[in-house]
Amino acid sequence: MAIIETSKLTKHYGRIKAVDGLNLKIEEGEVFGLLGPNGAGKTTTIKILATLLDPTSGTATVNGFDVEKYPSKVRESIGIVFQEPSTDELLSGYENLKMHSMIYGIPKSEVDKRIEEALSLVELTERKNDLVKTYSGGMRRRLEIGRGLLHRPKVLFLDEPTLGLDPRGRETMWGYVQRLVKELNMTILLTTHYMEEADALADRVCIIDHGKSVAIDTPENLKESMGGDLVTIVSDSPKIGEVKKLKFVKKIEKLDGKYLITVDSAAENLQELLKKIGKVDCVEVRSPTLADVFMKNTGRGLEEAEGGWFDKIVQQSVNKQ
Amino acid sequence: MNPRNKVTPGTNRPDTLKGIYAVWWREITVFFRETPRIISSVMSPIIWLLVFGAGLGGSLSVQGLDYQQFIFGGILVQTFLFSSLFYGAYLVWDRKIDVLKAVLVSPLSRSSIFLGKVFGGVTISLMEAIIVLLFGYLIGMNYSAGVFVLALVLVALASAGLTALGLAVGSFMESPEGFQLLSSLVLFPLFFLSGALFPINNLKGPLGILAAIDPVTYIVDILRNVLTGIHYFDPMLDLAALAVFIVGANIIGVWAFSRMKS
Ligand SMILES: Nc1ncnc2c1ncn2[C@@H]1O[C@H](COP(=O)(O)OP(=O)(O)OP(=O)(O)O)[C@@H](O)[C@H]1O
Ligand SMILES: [Mg+2]
Repeated sequence: MAIIETSKLTKHYGRIKAVDGLNLKIEEGEVFGLLGPNGAGKTTTIKILATLLDPTSGTATVNGFDVEKYPSKVRESIGIVFQEPSTDELLSGYENLKMHSMIYGIPKSEVDKRIEEALSLVELTERKNDLVKTYSGGMRRRLEIGRGLLHRPKVLFLDEPTLGLDPRGRETMWGYVQRLVKELNMTILLTTHYMEEADALADRVCIIDHGKSVAIDTPENLKESMGGDLVTIVSDSPKIGEVKKLKFVKKIEKLDGKYLITVDSAAENLQELLKKIGKVDCVEVRSPTLADVFMKNTGRGLEEAEGGWFDKIVQQSVNKQ
Repeated sequence: MNPRNKVTPGTNRPDTLKGIYAVWWREITVFFRETPRIISSVMSPIIWLLVFGAGLGGSLSVQGLDYQQFIFGGILVQTFLFSSLFYGAYLVWDRKIDVLKAVLVSPLSRSSIFLGKVFGGVTISLMEAIIVLLFGYLIGMNYSAGVFVLALVLVALASAGLTALGLAVGSFMESPEGFQLLSSLVLFPLFFLSGALFPINNLKGPLGILAAIDPVTYIVDILRNVLTGIHYFDPMLDLAALAVFIVGANIIGVWAFSRMKS
């Protein structure tokens, strides 16, 4: 049986459909990624699964228990790292972990060992006695991750676990997650809007937009669904007619002056493609990413979809002129 | 994590007592690290007694007692009335910042979390009451050690009700802006109707009725009785009213806290 299962899960905030008919099935031991832009409904989904929010309609079970009917049963098997900081600023790192272990009833004989392990895992042993308010954002993030693991939950929710971490911190974090699954057989539901993160960590990814799931599969299958590698060409007079006849060419699109050509195995076929197309100014070859998958399924780019308000205002004023 | 002591993840059943202790411990530790909160909670009753009692009451006396000594019990109540209610209602801030959520997703029951918070409020009230009672000796009050301890027991009981009431308010409140309303609609009426600053039988008609349903009235009466011997009600009535209040406030509080989503 799936350890997390949702059926037509829906949450409305007034007119906003934060989560809109979400169906998920997550197996034990799986790392499952929810990938989507700001406001897609990732946090809302996690809050419902963690019993902090009731859905408007639909159902969800975690570890076999319905989140609305048996919230305390659900709470016995989950751990969560919130998107927003939730450690106590006026307690030290050690005290935060100590408090957490008391609340979860970790046996006395285990407490010190586990706290030590968690601190060293997130590399905070040296700062453990400093108040959290003196930590940097990234250190605080790491402390929260350490805390989320302390009681070794069956299901761990990580809401944007690498938010605010530097690239090195991010990679270390990916390392932890992979170890956790391997060593503790935890099930992890993580949200992110970094496609590389979903790609690197998740066994399966659900791409979510406006509260709806637009695609669920392994990152590999999702990328494969794009139908091949992407070749971008800038050229004044490409011989498109010739190119279309090539068997390995799947698709040709024109995007603001560039040609986006989807081909089977660019490594084998690029030479021939270039021969046929004639003179080109610029060529770029890459494998599809989850961002391309997002674009294909929503018609918008992942970056574009999450553009900040400032970008939007600039965009609007440009459009007006 | 050493693969040798590989552990399978599982379910966590908390130890209720330990959990309550953890919540209490957090409240107290944080309290002592917020210096302004400590200073204000100790200084404000002392300023009241000095300015209000000595300034206004210099020429007054009530039932043969100096006005300052008459209001002493009332000011003691004011101290922990304000701190208990605000301490409880502070919950609305805990909810705004995410600290509380981390506790709410734990398997510790809502009523245990609630109880831990109530004990936190009671502890803070007791510390303040000790300071005010010690200060009392300086303004000429004289009570025995036994009375001192009895007063503290009553403070603890009353504060358990008031903190629960504050937590109930904090659970219902949607945003910290409601704090103003708490002061003007709950706190000041409770305090000014209670007879903390004047003999309660001065209130007649509708105000008298309001005073009679104000639980703080009975808290003031029994504490003033214990500390100075002046009282307007039978101590048994005071105690009965206090008991009803504590039980009622905690039932409402636990209910409000349990239905609260983050
Ligand atoms: N308490 C709330 N009241 C009203 N609307 C809300 C509330 N919480 C979330 N929303 C709305 O629900 C939608 C989904 O929000 P949610 O926080 O789940 O997004 P998210 O995918 O986690 O985004 P992000 O990447 O920014 O964290 C958004 O449109 C948001 O404005
Ligand atoms: Mg979010």
